[in-house]
Amino acid sequence: MLDVRDVTVTFGERTVLHEASLHVDTGEVVALLGPSGVGKSTFLRVIAGLLVPDQGQVWLDGTDISAVAPHRRHIGLMFQDEQLFPHLDVAANIGFGLRMQRRSDPARVDELLALVGLQGFGGRRVTNLSGGEAKRVALARALAPSPAVLLLDEPLTGLDRELHDRLVADLAEVLRATRTTTVLVTHDHDEAAAIAGRVVTWQADPS
Amino acid sequence: MPALAALPVIALALFYAWPLVTLFARVVGPASVADTLRAPGLPRVLWFTLWQALVSTALTLVLGFAPAYVLARYHFPGRRAVLAIATVPFMLPTVVVGAAFLALLPRSWHGTAGAVIVAHVFFNIAVMVRLVGAMWAVLPTDLTAAARTLGASPTKVLRHVVLPVLRPALWAAASVVFLFTFTSFGVVKLLGGAAHPTLEVEIARRATQLGDIDGAAVLSVLQLLVLAVVIWWSARWQRRARVALHGDAATRRPRSAAQRRGVTAVVAVTAVAMLAPVVVLVTRSFRLGGVWSLAAWRTLGDDEVRPGVSLGIDPLGSLATSLRYAVAATAISVVLGGAAALAIGAARRHGRLLDVGLMLPLGTSAVTIGLGMLITFDRPPFDWRASWWLVPLGHALVATPFVVRSLVPVLRSFPADQRAAAITLGASPLRAWWEVEVRRLARPLAAGAGFAAAISLGEFGATTFLTRAGTESMPIAIDRLLGRAGEVPRAQGFAMATVLMVVTAVIIMATEAVHARRS
Amino acid sequence: MKLAAVILLLMGVVACGDDNDGGPVAITLVAYDSFPKDGTPLNEALQTFTDDTGISVDIVTAGDTGTMVSKAVLTAGNPEGDVMWGVDNTFLSAATDGQIFDGNPSPVNFGDVCVNYDIAWFTDEGIEPPDTLEDLLRPEYRDLLVVENPSTSSPGLAFLLATIDEFGDDGWQQYWTELRANGVEVVDSWDSAYYERFSGAAGSAGDRPLVVSYGSSPPAEVVFADPPVDTAPTSVADQTCFRQEEYAGVLRGSKHPDEARQLVQFLLSEPFQREMPLTLFVYPVSDNVPLPDVFTKYAVISNNPHTMDPDRIAANRQQWQDQWNEIVLR
Repeated sequence: MLDVRDVTVTFGERTVLHEASLHVDTGEVVALLGPSGVGKSTFLRVIAGLLVPDQGQVWLDGTDISAVAPHRRHIGLMFQDEQLFPHLDVAANIGFGLRMQRRSDPARVDELLALVGLQGFGGRRVTNLSGGEAKRVALARALAPSPAVLLLDEPLTGLDRELHDRLVADLAEVLRATRTTTVLVTHDHDEAAAIAGRVVTWQADPS
Repeated sequence: MPALAALPVIALALFYAWPLVTLFARVVGPASVADTLRAPGLPRVLWFTLWQALVSTALTLVLGFAPAYVLARYHFPGRRAVLAIATVPFMLPTVVVGAAFLALLPRSWHGTAGAVIVAHVFFNIAVMVRLVGAMWAVLPTDLTAAARTLGASPTKVLRHVVLPVLRPALWAAASVVFLFTFTSFGVVKLLGGAAHPTLEVEIARRATQLGDIDGAAVLSVLQLLVLAVVIWWSARWQRRARVALHGDAATRRPRSAAQRRGVTAVVAVTAVAMLAPVVVLVTRSFRLGGVWSLAAWRTLGDDEVRPGVSLGIDPLGSLATSLRYAVAATAISVVLGGAAALAIGAARRHGRLLDVGLMLPLGTSAVTIGLGMLITFDRPPFDWRASWWLVPLGHALVATPFVVRSLVPVLRSFPADQRAAAITLGASPLRAWWEVEVRRLARPLAAGAGFAAAISLGEFGATTFLTRAGTESMPIAIDRLLGRAGEVPRAQGFAMATVLMVVTAVIIMATEAVHARRS
Repeated sequence: MKLAAVILLLMGVVACGDDNDGGPVAITLVAYDSFPKDGTPLNEALQTFTDDTGISVDIVTAGDTGTMVSKAVLTAGNPEGDVMWGVDNTFLSAATDGQIFDGNPSPVNFGDVCVNYDIAWFTDEGIEPPDTLEDLLRPEYRDLLVVENPSTSSPGLAFLLATIDEFGDDGWQQYWTELRANGVEVVDSWDSAYYERFSGAAGSAGDRPLVVSYGSSPPAEVVFADPPVDTAPTSVADQTCFRQEEYAGVLRGSKHPDEARQLVQFLLSEPFQREMPLTLFVYPVSDNVPLPDVFTKYAVISNNPHTMDPDRIAANRQQWQDQWNEIVLR
């Protein structure tokens, strides 16, 4: 159960988030829908611990994790532009989170490759992947350490329609199969509806 | 693209390889090789040269890491000034740095290997800040953020993501620092004492004091062989480690209190450590007869120290001479380095060869190149040894690798088919090349040009062995002023060193400002 | 000769009247770094040579003396100039063996390398300053002397040669062993000896009151003092001196040998010689040339300096340096 309470973030003079809150039940998939510039990505970064908010807390399963370092939160984040590690191959990218917990597990990596439909891609260089393949690797990498919460930041932006629709279906399937608590940030209404069980809409701040 | 390589290749062949081969052909033979290599002192010289270079390189990499990170990633007031402070020492003539450290270090350190290593680190921090910093500046912040969300602690992020991704730049920096410290001359001569000669010092001693040009040439071949191996090996590693980075990471202000404390601490330590020798230099220009005095500065403009007594050194005139050289050297090295970097980026095997070839002048004994030029460019149509432009050209040979070094890692990290992508988007091949590569190279190119100008201003190597007419360049004027009896000339030398530092700092800050505006 | 000069003078006037007519001959004087190219009385004297003869003189500098000679040997027969200035007696053999000169070079100046002392220090301590090389071994001068390494410094080499001249081929090694036992300090360059270690130089942080420097260092201390002083803070132990002589000559392969010879003649003449002391801090070769006041007052020129035949220096230099290294630096 993820509970984000009254988060405010300012960059200099600019208020990006003002007392934003969100509640997500365990296993629930919530989509955060809104136009760009309303602080959705910033919100995810606060949850992941990458950004310290000016105010507000993040609670996970009844514990305030606001002061916990990002690598101890067990909250995974899939970036809009993947951010695959360019010096590692596909398998090493997916296995990265496991290695950080000192539990290298080739079987788990294979399992995830299969889950995202990339069997046999383990030895590929990440720089030679297609856009859709890179998204799949990024998803597998975020899922590998079995995070308590998975945050998806515009995960399927920038793909062609056909590929997009196929990945939407695959993503929805994977999230259901793994029963991962998920917050999806998107500006695409159909995508939100297809993947999430609940859609929260943010409006642009009139101020 | 191979056409681009022609320019640097011709320059290298004509002004580096030819003179060197001419000299070697004339004096290196079986007898001189046997005599020189059997010299009893040689193993000691080789051993000291090697170990001090390795230790200096390792320390520079370790100590330069934090400043490189902070200056590449964070925006804070005075950042540009700190960047200049960290870079300027690298551009200073070795004789000036040597004099500063003699004044700064306790007596018991003089003539020790420790003094040499400390000065080498001071010198080369700039290489870390520049080369590693340039790559770090384009390392996306989210790449490390991704690692954090996957459970990597900050130290693990460093070990598993940052270091591997920066490896090409780290190799580049390590090879440059090794090159510089292995061939170190001025610093070793001033600080190392007679007990610690490097190969380069021994080469100069043989060539200039003993008249043993044969022996000097043999040793400089030996030095070249060692360095060619090192450069080749390092280029290989850089290639293997190469990674594609995309997405610019802008510098940002430190947000949390911990970040602010860290940034402040690193900046403070860097600034103090890099400024201490500089402050000593400046102070000395104001000290005469144990009291504060402006006399050295007042007399800088005219070369009459007393009515009727003149040194024959024109301090301000030497500034003008140096600036003229710097402009010419920068233009030449930007053209050569730019062409070379693009050619290296495009070609594969031959690019590698060019890459290594361009580094060689850095590792070649300055006195050997100078003497080679002397006996090569001595007859029409190549009777150039008295031409003024040979000096900036020599500077450019030394500066070009820096232009290349600041361009190649960025160039190599371009995704391979971005240019193809641009062409498919309707850009002509030339336009695509311009849009995708040249424009993105503007920032590292500005850095390279600033580097080249500053290197030219402080150059105290091969060209000082050329016979010169007209007003001296600043490093030579400073060397001569510091070498004169009498207090005023010496204080003037320190005043000139101060001027040289300020000019260098201004150039560095200006290049920073240029690319700050562009980006 | 006089007639020739008058004719040349007239030609010079004519040449000045019409610059484009043939043009005056320009010759190149190759000198060591510390030779001034411009702005000193020495350069003004050279200008009078040009005015008188129509021969203009370009000055180029070729590095320190050793570097200059090495380069001249490499380019012998196709030199970088027409006249070379300043080959000293420690390099003279290398120069003549390398056949760089056309004919024999002429001595143009001389100066001494001597132990200098800090007058105030010895006055304060109530100790007599040393006089001879032998004196430097006495216990009261323990840990007081700083010298330059003869492998890296020209005054350092001169001082070693003085000791070899004094104690002979078999005796100098013992002298240096004892000098070492008496706490001699060795540095690599004259700069660091004089400015970092010697206590007598104005502005020096040094604490040793004895240093190997030049016989003309005391007047330099006066000339370059700020604020001005009227007594030299240092003086010279005049039995410790080694005589350095400098030579100038026409370079073999010169394109203008006749004009070059005229220049060498001029370098030996009074108008040029009298300007050398305050510019190069050396003595004129001719006794007839008047010395400036600071020289007569503060400079010491030894009556019986140590000297050595250039051939002997050339034949033994490296071996002596190596031996010295073994004795003093190990």
